[in-house]
Amino acid sequence: MISYRLNSRFAVAIALSVVAALPCASQTIAITGGKVYPVSGPPIENGTVIITNGKIAAVGANVAIPAGAQRIDATGKIVTPGFVDASTQLGVQEVAAVNDTRDMSARGKDNIAAGFRVWEGLNPNSVLLAPARKEGVTTFVIVPTGGLVSGQAALVDVVPGATTDMILKAPVAMVAVVGDPLSVGLASRGEVIEKLRELLEDTKFFQTHRDAFDRAQTRPFSASRLDLEAMIPVIEGKLPLLVAVDRASDIDGAMRLARDYNVKLMISSGAEAWMIADKIAAARIPVLTGAMNNIPAGFAALGQRQENAGLLRKAGVQVALIGNAGGGDEEAFNVRNIKQEAGNAVSYGMTWDDALRAVTLTPAEVFGASDRVGALKVGLEGNVVVWSGDPFEFTTRAEHVFVRGREYTDKTRQDLLVERYRTLPSSHNTPPPQ
Amino acid sequence: MPNADPFPSTYVPFASRTTVIRNVNILTAAGPMIRNGAILLQNGKIAAVGATVDAPADALAIDGAGKYVTPGIVDDHSHLGVYAAPGGNALSDGNEATSPTTPQVWAEHSVWPQDPQFPRNLAGGVTTLQVLPGSANLIGGRSVVLKVVPGRTVQAMKFPGAKYGLKMACGENPKRVYGSRGGPSTRMGNVAGYRAAWIKAVDYRRKWDKWNADHKGDPPARDLGNETLAEVLRGNILVHNHCYRADEMAQMIDISHEFGYKIRSFHHGVEAYKIADLLAKEGIAGSLWADWGSFKMEALDAVKANMALVDHAGARVIVHSDDPSGSQRLNQEAAKAMEAGAEIGLPVSEDQAIKWLTINPAWALGLDDKIGSLETGKNADVVLWTGDPFSVYSKPEKVWIDGALLYDRLDPSEQWRTDFELGFVPFNRN
Repeated sequence: MISYRLNSRFAVAIALSVVAALPCASQTIAITGGKVYPVSGPPIENGTVIITNGKIAAVGANVAIPAGAQRIDATGKIVTPGFVDASTQLGVQEVAAVNDTRDMSARGKDNIAAGFRVWEGLNPNSVLLAPARKEGVTTFVIVPTGGLVSGQAALVDVVPGATTDMILKAPVAMVAVVGDPLSVGLASRGEVIEKLRELLEDTKFFQTHRDAFDRAQTRPFSASRLDLEAMIPVIEGKLPLLVAVDRASDIDGAMRLARDYNVKLMISSGAEAWMIADKIAAARIPVLTGAMNNIPAGFAALGQRQENAGLLRKAGVQVALIGNAGGGDEEAFNVRNIKQEAGNAVSYGMTWDDALRAVTLTPAEVFGASDRVGALKVGLEGNVVVWSGDPFEFTTRAEHVFVRGREYTDKTRQDLLVERYRTLPSSHNTPPPQ
Repeated sequence: MPNADPFPSTYVPFASRTTVIRNVNILTAAGPMIRNGAILLQNGKIAAVGATVDAPADALAIDGAGKYVTPGIVDDHSHLGVYAAPGGNALSDGNEATSPTTPQVWAEHSVWPQDPQFPRNLAGGVTTLQVLPGSANLIGGRSVVLKVVPGRTVQAMKFPGAKYGLKMACGENPKRVYGSRGGPSTRMGNVAGYRAAWIKAVDYRRKWDKWNADHKGDPPARDLGNETLAEVLRGNILVHNHCYRADEMAQMIDISHEFGYKIRSFHHGVEAYKIADLLAKEGIAGSLWADWGSFKMEALDAVKANMALVDHAGARVIVHSDDPSGSQRLNQEAAKAMEAGAEIGLPVSEDQAIKWLTINPAWALGLDDKIGSLETGKNADVVLWTGDPFSVYSKPEKVWIDGALLYDRLDPSEQWRTDFELGFVPFNRN
């Protein structure tokens, strides 16, 4: 009995290690016959996508197939870039109720943790990565949470290896929260803005008085040295400030702050963003949001509605959709529901093409990585999905998922559980098959 | 015998007009889909359903071309009203977390009829809800079954004649909440807690049954909690047991045998697929999620094929929400679970999956003789969908309860707004 159990564990360990030990993709793959959505250009009927050495080498209707290429027949199927989830805690949270597996927040100093790099806690062995990839999510943005300034976000691919192997770009944004003042030890919304203003002021002063700081000849700052260092690219307009904010007036407040300090602003959540869609569009501020929430879930989100994403897009805002945006603690497990989010966005007013863009190229663009992922374009990473049909429909399967040119078919932990219990023993008191 | 129904339903069906929907695909939950069929709603009931129906000349006729009709969706796990939006402490009324055993509380006394989540659920095609107390307690109290209708009082929303449910909870929640407050702090403490409560209830029931039979002397002292538990033992209140793990479900079944009550449904049951045969044998339903998992240890083994595996083992599957947002899209949750079944070679037909959303939860509430399927004589709780309800692009277009049109996506004047929403929430739903 004991040896059986040991064997079964060993078998799982082998299955996982085989995946990790596979060599880098060096061969050429030709995906032929499908309807190809490059996203960066119009769809191509009967198109071909060539991936060589992990990168996209050709996309088009009349593409010569290199000799020796591994062929994938996508006739009758849809070929898209791998989906990009614009905001998740995937990889930094395994089991929400187990504290030792939660690595998405920093304590910081007075709720300011600008120096916190969330990817330092990224676990490439998270069992939640494979389920996301299996359903077509090849890339995601890990976003730190909590506090006033939560820390720095990173864009990563779902590939095995070390954290550094996964990272495409880091940092991609500084994350701040304009929400419940009490949760960050403050008394009112105005004080939240005041604290952010103070941080930006201090960063400016720090930037120009570093020598004095090192000689301990500056006034006290609101944040630590590492936090101020990390904020410099933000006030230089090089690193966007991604603000989680819901109430329309708070979004407006964050926009005023960004204008005053020449900060490049992005909005996430943005429950009431639709109310000031024109203003957000005019300021060219991207919004990361979902399309499946309409609960007035607090006094800051009374206007939450499913049409938000579609209305923002209609007004000309760059919209990236977040998988399981309205979800709770199961969020990281259900990043895979980004396709459901996209389908619902279509149901509530976004065009299908815009919804596809919102889960591929737009998130890549707003995080400054459209030269790496988000489209089927020569030179980009070979992140490609072959879908059995409309990617947003429930009956559609991601039949082939390539990340950096390698196809992943590894079994998820859930697959292993289903294999074990697919056929139950004759009596429920009999141990399960091992 | 004390008053068995001290808070009686005052629900009266809303005004309805005879309505016929023709040329529509009908998922009846009582047989194969009727393609391009017709259904007649009259006097609050389903008067006829079939390939064609005869309708009176003055009936409102709706052309359902390209659309689908289903029974109203029944969500047997809701906290609407007891955890009302916009949330916060003031509206947090779902867990009487002052003692691990609180059979004396009734969810209906926490329900706020002006919860703006009610009209949103209705717009998602949900016509009947079981509102449960939360899962902090081993025995959390009585549930209430509501029609998703506007009402000034909870009584006006209560489903007439519906049995009460009893909420019980296994595992991590009770031991987490009470671990530092006198216990239980372990799963074995949980089980000792259930058994101690049932021992008292058996004793209480025996005394009352004896007095009811002979009326000798003064009646025994009333105890609200034991009144509820005694009614469970008599089969008049149905047990809804929050339980994730297979091993714990099996132990809860043994406890039910020890004290002679039935568990109607295990809620959440993320490991139901591991004991699907046992659930089938015991006649216990699984009120399940399509894909929630991994958020705590007891949810670690969630698989998307759970519903398909449980269904194919012959147990009753129910798609439940435990979530005000998910409740609006139970059709989409079912569709995800169908696909997960197909992927492992256990396809689930639409005719079967519609039962997960309607007649099966109706059974869990003891209401399958009144609602849950489109059959002549049943309540006219009906949803007209813009397309196949298992498509991501389909939405309820119209929703009837007892034959009355209570939601029309195309007509803002037929969209219920709660008192709370007035002024606070911009009117924009469509």
